[in-house]
Amino acid sequence: MADVAQSVVQWLPIAEIAAKVASGELKAVDLVEQSLRTIAAKADYQAIIATTETRARERAQQIDADIAAGKPAGRLAGVPFIAKDNYLVFGADTTAASNILRGFEAPYQATVVNRLEAEGAICVAKANLDAFAHGGSTENSDFFTTKNPHDMTRVPGGSSGGSAAAVVLDMAPFALGTDTGGSIRQPASFSGCVGLKPTYGLTSRSGVVAMASSTDVMGPLTRSVEDAALVFDIFAGQDELDSTTTPRDPAGYSDIAADDTWIQGKKIGVIKEYMSEAGSLEAGVRQSVNAAVDKLRAAGAEIMEISLPSLPLSLAVYYIVVPAEISSNLSRYDGQRFAYTSPDATNLEESYSLSRGVGFGKEAKRRIMIGTYVLSSGYYDAYYKKAQTVRTKIINEFAAAFLQVDFLLGPTAPTTAFKIGENANDPLQMYLADVMTAGPSLAGIPAIVLPVGASDGLPVGIQLMAAQRQDRALLTLARQTERLVV
Amino acid sequence: MISPDIRARYTATIGIECHVQLKTQTKLFAAVGNDAREAPPNTLVSHICFGLPGALPVLNAEVVHLASKAAFALGSVPQKFSKFDRKHYFYPDLPLGYQITQFDQPTILGGSVEIDVEGQKKTIGITRAHIEADAGKSTHPAGQDYSLVDLNRAGTPLIEIVSEPDMHSAAEARAYTRELYLRMRYADVSDANLYYGNMRFDVNVSVSLTSAGAGKLGTRSETKNLNSFRAVEKAVEYEINRQIERLEKGETIVQETRGWDDAGLCTFSQRIKENADDYRYFPDPDLPPIVLTDEYIEQVKAEMPTMPDEWRSRLSTLGLTWAQVETLLDAEIEFETVSFLPLIEANLDKPWLAKHIANWNVNVFIPLVRAGGLKLGKDEHLRLEVEIYELLQANKLSSTNAKQLFADLAGLEKLPESIETFATEKGYIQESDEAAILAVVDQVITDNPQAAEDVRKGEIKAIGFLTGQVMKASQGKANPGLAQQLIKKQLGI
Repeated sequence: MADVAQSVVQWLPIAEIAAKVASGELKAVDLVEQSLRTIAAKADYQAIIATTETRARERAQQIDADIAAGKPAGRLAGVPFIAKDNYLVFGADTTAASNILRGFEAPYQATVVNRLEAEGAICVAKANLDAFAHGGSTENSDFFTTKNPHDMTRVPGGSSGGSAAAVVLDMAPFALGTDTGGSIRQPASFSGCVGLKPTYGLTSRSGVVAMASSTDVMGPLTRSVEDAALVFDIFAGQDELDSTTTPRDPAGYSDIAADDTWIQGKKIGVIKEYMSEAGSLEAGVRQSVNAAVDKLRAAGAEIMEISLPSLPLSLAVYYIVVPAEISSNLSRYDGQRFAYTSPDATNLEESYSLSRGVGFGKEAKRRIMIGTYVLSSGYYDAYYKKAQTVRTKIINEFAAAFLQVDFLLGPTAPTTAFKIGENANDPLQMYLADVMTAGPSLAGIPAIVLPVGASDGLPVGIQLMAAQRQDRALLTLARQTERLVV
Repeated sequence: MISPDIRARYTATIGIECHVQLKTQTKLFAAVGNDAREAPPNTLVSHICFGLPGALPVLNAEVVHLASKAAFALGSVPQKFSKFDRKHYFYPDLPLGYQITQFDQPTILGGSVEIDVEGQKKTIGITRAHIEADAGKSTHPAGQDYSLVDLNRAGTPLIEIVSEPDMHSAAEARAYTRELYLRMRYADVSDANLYYGNMRFDVNVSVSLTSAGAGKLGTRSETKNLNSFRAVEKAVEYEINRQIERLEKGETIVQETRGWDDAGLCTFSQRIKENADDYRYFPDPDLPPIVLTDEYIEQVKAEMPTMPDEWRSRLSTLGLTWAQVETLLDAEIEFETVSFLPLIEANLDKPWLAKHIANWNVNVFIPLVRAGGLKLGKDEHLRLEVEIYELLQANKLSSTNAKQLFADLAGLEKLPESIETFATEKGYIQESDEAAILAVVDQVITDNPQAAEDVRKGEIKAIGFLTGQVMKASQGKANPGLAQQLIKKQLGI
């Protein structure tokens, strides 16, 4: 990675960048250029689908001018960021890395993006993903596969693989991802950065291409927990455009500094089912997680093993509930009003089948078929309804666990980043990458991943979890862990 | 045509689904105007109506309010817990690829309305009524290789009221749909304008041999999108006859969706339902359930206006005919600026007066207002009614002059300061001063000795002639009743 170090300047912590822009010491226009230069220099990694450079430069000039004119600077003044390409953003097409949405120009922006922009942040590019966020490697992108920043023969994780790689490759101080069953956490672990999946409902889904409405959350991928906390603090909370959102913590999320004594006496449960032999956990991953656990124990945390007996069913439940919602959420892509329309159709029926048949990739079709099947009358009770029953059981087991401990932890995925193509022809193997992240998604609890070590030179991320709406405490724990481990 | 005795061997069973457009400013899930009547195509749309990526539905609170009122109007109580589901099918005027509706837990469950067909009262059960979003409008220009879609109507809030199969004749079906209309209007939950399709009816009709016994229903047809009570009645009648004719010929009835030809007064096959559609209903994860508190439900109940059945029961003491009561109920909601019932109600403690006002409304006011002669606002009109009644009661107006006075004043923008002064100036006020009339009576008797003599001899008809002469001599101002009394008195009969 020597070339990376030569071509780019390391980013300062986000709060410092914004402070320096506010004081005039740094110019937003220069920061945007640094981002764009790095994106160009690292184009081989294929983390980016498109830049929003024209609009980014205009916004940077405006922000610099406003500051020079003495107007108040936002908390993210001049800070460039990269949005996963399923966020609706002005300045470039929003494709969700799918052929069917190729050429779709968003007429409105995601609430999360609007809130970041209101504080002076500047979107410079759209990151690659598995099309419609269906996948754990970016190999399901209809356009190209992003390369792992540490090994170009490996995947960066997914579906927010472009966002994770972009942060690790210093293309911007932070990137936005979406997490439905691990899509922020698993690429954070595979690529080696911090990835926050907030409590369900704390982040607005408005203006983000829906995957599964009942588990989709928005979150940052960053270089540090502190950065993640600051970015999350800006967009967390209720939004009148998303009825499932809930109010933010009145204490906020960014002021999470704590002294060394904070960790003392905190009860942390290590999830038995994630660490068990049967989980086919890679040795290097286990060692890294155990090493972090040892450091937490040494710092005064009370560590215990916690069992959630139904947790191993998460993946099965997830791959019923989520495709059901996907099959429904993708029905608006019908070729009639926007997005790809087949020019070969001679009647309405053909217009539907050809537009969708050509426009959707293999994985989207697979999930539409699974989802349609489990919702069909005659199968609904056996699949969807039963899955929801088990989901409730998983939620209850997490709730019971959090009566015993303050936090839970475990690995993020059983392995480190796998080889490009290794799982490409085996969807079931690919789905197993979500085995440790699907449970918290179904339960709607917050989880954060941060790098705690390496296995054969590839990053390993630990996954920390807290009870619903305990995002602030979770970020505090993550910050303490980061200090102990790094 | 089938003969009456064949018809008598069959029992028809009718259930009706009624779509009612709720009267909200904005759509069910989007902050976009709801009145698509005159708007150019696709001007009342947002990213939500258009089903763009990332667009999420946000429930309009007023819809819940109006649906709760509708529950009470249908003899029910809104459910404390209800939720939205997705109903999937593809059609170009359905932007999301699914309709947001309520599947197994609707806001209104159970209820009933009473109908009256020629004096025969009957209760029709309401199975349920659910909230749902309307689709857009597709048009298929003749001879063109394209269709057009207007999404102005997409997302308009509807409630679909599903009846029990409790009706057995076209007249009952008509009475039921009119009763729903009245209730939706009185509850003020819908404009219920049939012309604009604010209310649409789908009728399910089947026939079976009466001898087969109740509960043995025939195969039904569903005739969709009827938009008048008359169409409902005619379509039901047509379907009953069509089905009986087929059965009599030994043919079977196929389960199908039929359309209505309003000009030809017949139904026609649209789509044969070979097997049930699979809509893949599941709870909409974008929308939290509707949870109503007891306080909210009580509050809605408290604000419910008087419903038609309550009016009928209040007016029942007056001895009005069924037709008179229904005329009043219809007229009450027919005009935006005119009200008839409150004045009757205000005088219910004086039944003779209330009945008089009711009669006066039915016979005079309502026809005049319908003829378009009313320009006054609601308050002014009420004042006019009250004052005219007072003048009538004080014997200062004849009923003929009262009608004339009403017609004169109703056409004004604003009432004069004093209606009595206006009436006096116009010469409408009748003379009830006994001494003054007596003078005229005496003069008339003197001038018409032959007629006077006839009356004395018992020729009662002649009193009419003398009364007419008194009216003429007084230029129409004399109170004719009083004049007649005085003539009799003076002639000693």
